[in-house]
Amino acid sequence: MPLASRAFGCGSLIRVLNPMLVPSPWRADFPAIATLQRQDQTYLDNAATTQKPQALLDAISHYYANGAANVHRAQHLPGAHATQAFEDSRSKVAQWLNAGDSGQIIFTHGATSALNLLAYGLEHLFNAGDEIVISALEHHANLLPWQQLAKRRALTLVVLPLGDDGVIDLQAAAELIGPRTRVLAVSQLSNVLGAWQPLGALLAMAKAHGALTVVDGAQGIVHGRHDVQVLGCDFYVFSSHKLYGPDGVGVLYGRNEALHHLRHWQFGGEMVQQADYHSASFRPAPLGFEAGTPPIASVIGLGASLDYLSSLDQPAVFAHEAALHDYLLHGLTARKGVRVLGSPQVALASFVVEGVHNADLAHLLTEQGIAVRAGHHCAMPLLKAMHLTGAIRVSLALYNDSDDLERFFEALDQALDMLR
Amino acid sequence: MSLPADAVAALESFQSVGSWEQRARMLMQWGERLPALADEDKVEANLVQGCESLVWLVGRLQDGHWQFAASSDARMIGGLVALLLARVNGLSAAQLQAIDLPDWFTQLGLSRQLSPSRSNGLNAVLQRMRELSRTQN
Repeated sequence: MPLASRAFGCGSLIRVLNPMLVPSPWRADFPAIATLQRQDQTYLDNAATTQKPQALLDAISHYYANGAANVHRAQHLPGAHATQAFEDSRSKVAQWLNAGDSGQIIFTHGATSALNLLAYGLEHLFNAGDEIVISALEHHANLLPWQQLAKRRALTLVVLPLGDDGVIDLQAAAELIGPRTRVLAVSQLSNVLGAWQPLGALLAMAKAHGALTVVDGAQGIVHGRHDVQVLGCDFYVFSSHKLYGPDGVGVLYGRNEALHHLRHWQFGGEMVQQADYHSASFRPAPLGFEAGTPPIASVIGLGASLDYLSSLDQPAVFAHEAALHDYLLHGLTARKGVRVLGSPQVALASFVVEGVHNADLAHLLTEQGIAVRAGHHCAMPLLKAMHLTGAIRVSLALYNDSDDLERFFEALDQALDMLR
Repeated sequence: MSLPADAVAALESFQSVGSWEQRARMLMQWGERLPALADEDKVEANLVQGCESLVWLVGRLQDGHWQFAASSDARMIGGLVALLLARVNGLSAAQLQAIDLPDWFTQLGLSRQLSPSRSNGLNAVLQRMRELSRTQN
């Protein structure tokens, strides 16, 4: 009997015989999963953040145990080692995105700070009446920086509507993206609806009008390999911690031509070229946009996580995620009164239950050690537009297996029994 | 300070609880016993901000004693609020100021409902109660 099944008592025998069983061969690579299991916790909140592979823990431990040093400023040996490791991570990220010579990788403090960098660094391009186009499903991180920029500069924030399937309506987009559009900023994969967005068509529309294109890849990067040169976006943003890396690091890919438009935003540290008391000049990307000491250990850790992910059989990972997602959707739709939001394609499913408050359901799932997310998922306007006060979201990672989902379903049934 | 009768009843039932199911069922029962809030009190101004569900809270000092009333569209938070009212209703202004409400929930075995990551709104309700008690003091 596989280890993962043995841990869960008598019900597992039946599950072992179940042809639908979806084990994860990568589960043991993530030490926190075993710890959480000992605490009777089933972690299904992976769209919020992920558990970390041992390879990442080893890399961070190695860095701190072997001599921390600041990067890009010291001539000494520890500084050279740290800088080398830091820059190696930059190359690994560039490879992960197949950036090649097309652009630069800038490290920020998170996806949110990368999007804020864009909203401030591109501000000078806008004149009153210009338009910024986003979509109705944006995470607050890709909504609020643009909304506030629109307020500062008297711009119009245009919101692309969705179809019932949770995908941006391309017909509407064709009418809304126009000659006043300066920037199109859209999510690649919705953190609430789990639907891939039609980036190819949207980016083509924006480019036809000479607009800059920004892709929020915070969820998308975790569930597919994306080539920024094929995508053809000007900027691509993601956060490390959702991609099995450390928190405190975001990535901004910028295409060379687009980076010329980006003005410096935060100042200080080694981003400067020449400084006088009353004036200064600044470095180009990437270093010019990395003010202050960067999160060195975390950047090195992200490199280790990417090495780990690169070592996996990628098609097997995606096949596993697809099988688990099927398992999740089947289980949800088989239950009476459960309504799944949109038509999730991958990674997650959000749902509500008729006649049951999501806060009550969340309470009872928590009591049973099920770690899922309840509420508005940092997409308040989307939930409001769907006339929902909240929803429960189950989100998957490569280390999850069908036993995790069975425990979730058992807890869900128990909770619904009590609430109905 | 002697406990109000409702609080004594709450302590007795919650301290003898064995399982999470029992505790959850009792919370729902307490929530159901919460007297209905008048429609004119269910207004934006009485809505407690910071809850995943809608919670209205009103409080008045009558003859020197606090009387709070509340309502929620969710059942668990309704139960938690009912347990809160069981402890505070009838207290004088000075007694309400002195009371350790987080400790009350700890005694009931419900301290986890007050952890900072909880967005169920109990923390927000306590905060609102403190504000109400200050403004009418």
